[in-house]
Amino acid sequence: MSSSSASEIHIRAAGLTKRFRVAERRAGMLGALAGVVRRRHRLVTAVEDVSFTVRRGELVGYIGPNGAGKSTTVKLLSGILVPDAGTCRIDGMTPWIHRRRYVASIGAVFGQRTQLLWDLPVVESFDLLRDIYRVPQNRYAETREELVALLGLRDLLDTPARQLSLGQRMRCDLAAALLHRPSLLFLDEPTIGLDAVAKLAVRDFIGRLRDRGVTVILTTHDMDDIETLCDRVIVISAGRIVLDGSVTELRAAVAGERYLSVDLEERDCELSIPGAEVVERRAHRVRVRFDPRRISAAELIRQVTDRYPLRDLFVEDPPIERIIAELYRRHS
Amino acid sequence: MDRVGPGGLRMAVRYAAANLRAEMQYRSSFLMDSLGTLLSAGVEFLGIWALFSRFGSIRGWTLAEVALFYGVVHVVFAVAEAIGRGFDLFGPLIKEGALDRVLLRPRSTLLQVLGSSFAPKRIGRLLQGSVVLGWALSALEGGPALGDVALLLWAFTGGVSAYFALLMLSAVLSFWTTETLELFAIVTHGGVETTQYPIPVFHRALRYLFLFVVPIGSVTYFPVVHVLGRPDPLGAPAAVAWLAPMAGFIFLALTAVLWQLGVRRYTSTGS
Repeated sequence: MSSSSASEIHIRAAGLTKRFRVAERRAGMLGALAGVVRRRHRLVTAVEDVSFTVRRGELVGYIGPNGAGKSTTVKLLSGILVPDAGTCRIDGMTPWIHRRRYVASIGAVFGQRTQLLWDLPVVESFDLLRDIYRVPQNRYAETREELVALLGLRDLLDTPARQLSLGQRMRCDLAAALLHRPSLLFLDEPTIGLDAVAKLAVRDFIGRLRDRGVTVILTTHDMDDIETLCDRVIVISAGRIVLDGSVTELRAAVAGERYLSVDLEERDCELSIPGAEVVERRAHRVRVRFDPRRISAAELIRQVTDRYPLRDLFVEDPPIERIIAELYRRHS
Repeated sequence: MDRVGPGGLRMAVRYAAANLRAEMQYRSSFLMDSLGTLLSAGVEFLGIWALFSRFGSIRGWTLAEVALFYGVVHVVFAVAEAIGRGFDLFGPLIKEGALDRVLLRPRSTLLQVLGSSFAPKRIGRLLQGSVVLGWALSALEGGPALGDVALLLWAFTGGVSAYFALLMLSAVLSFWTTETLELFAIVTHGGVETTQYPIPVFHRALRYLFLFVVPIGSVTYFPVVHVLGRPDPLGAPAAVAWLAPMAGFIFLALTAVLWQLGVRRYTSTGS
């Protein structure tokens, strides 16, 4: 909700590396005893040489399998973890050095955890956040009103957080994270466990944030979140960035293959085109797989329409889940 | 890095007040707890009274004299415990990763942890300590002089600092170990049990522990002896009465440094 020029760099991270010392546990009672006396440690690299820039107002999906280093990166970027190496500049500050000043300009929502006071009406949590972030009363009233209207919270304000459904709670948590008008928002699994209607409401709201110039870093396992929301995805696997680009580039990087389905005039017609392989045939419908590097969709369609009378046709991409699973598999 | 300004205190008080309202949602549990601490503290002093009515005095200390130690220590501990209640819950807070949320907010970590819980249930102990203290003061020969009141207030601030620091110290260790350290509960509660009596009645080892190692004894003992207007059986000069409460502030300052080290450790290990 801050105004600024669109192409300005907001986040500049370079060479971020973080290793953790993990105590090795030995099996059995004797092992446990030995662990008390002398503990053996090993170094685990959580993220290595992570570099990227994010423009102001961009909505970036930060994805990767469990344990890939997503939350470590988010902790580094939000100033609550100090890296072993690397730099990061956000609004002229280094998060882990200027933490107290820096965190006043960011917001964070963790889908699994609420920041609302469990036993108190939602509005009391909001008021407390006003005090914590030192938001002037008139600006607070204005922002709260705006968020209440956008997220449909009017009837929830006087309800204790513990009585909210998961979807209601998430909407309240989103508002709570934005009351101080942060310019950067971290969203960790904001749609996890939500029903279809709640998911759509949350997604719709996140999409609107982009129009307000808020930079959003979204970590999620929900591929629909990525497809509908993200201008750009950064994929991390085993602590390293393996891909950074648009959803289209993500598809191109992994899936050589696409599918063409045609409905022919004649039933059970033999269809053969070089570079395309028939994978399914049912009544009038024939589905072929093709590699766009060998034959473009346009060329394939031209050849098919030249040779066979058609009723209808469409080109499909493999589902994004499969693309991402393939990408994870390649880099693990 | 962790400056605590006046605005920060106001925030902590509002935070604590919100948590107090949350606790009052469970009204009957709240009332029962408050009543419980009041009763148990009352019964405890009745026990002491019964002891004295049987033996008259203990090693030359009268009931009224012991009552002054008792009253001061209980008022001090009740206040320290009410403010420092958040430290009790700090171990679990770290385990659950809830400290991340604290670090994500532009306020002192210490004040946020303090604000996260407030223990008014201890009002029972405060009430009972105040009554005993009032009685002990009225039993002083000629009533308390102005200087005595000043010294007791000074001892009160030093005492609250010392007990508060002790509670904080046990929380600070959660940065280094996930185990709960019963040792600290023993020292804290043992400290209250011990220092509610004049400390010379105890064995030398216990005296050294609470006078010099963990200074929760010195901060209240020396000033109270002075107010009672008797020479210190331990032989400390009169000036010590005014100096001793300083130990509480020093102890608190050292613990605050450890807290900062703990936060730094957390941000470098993430656990």
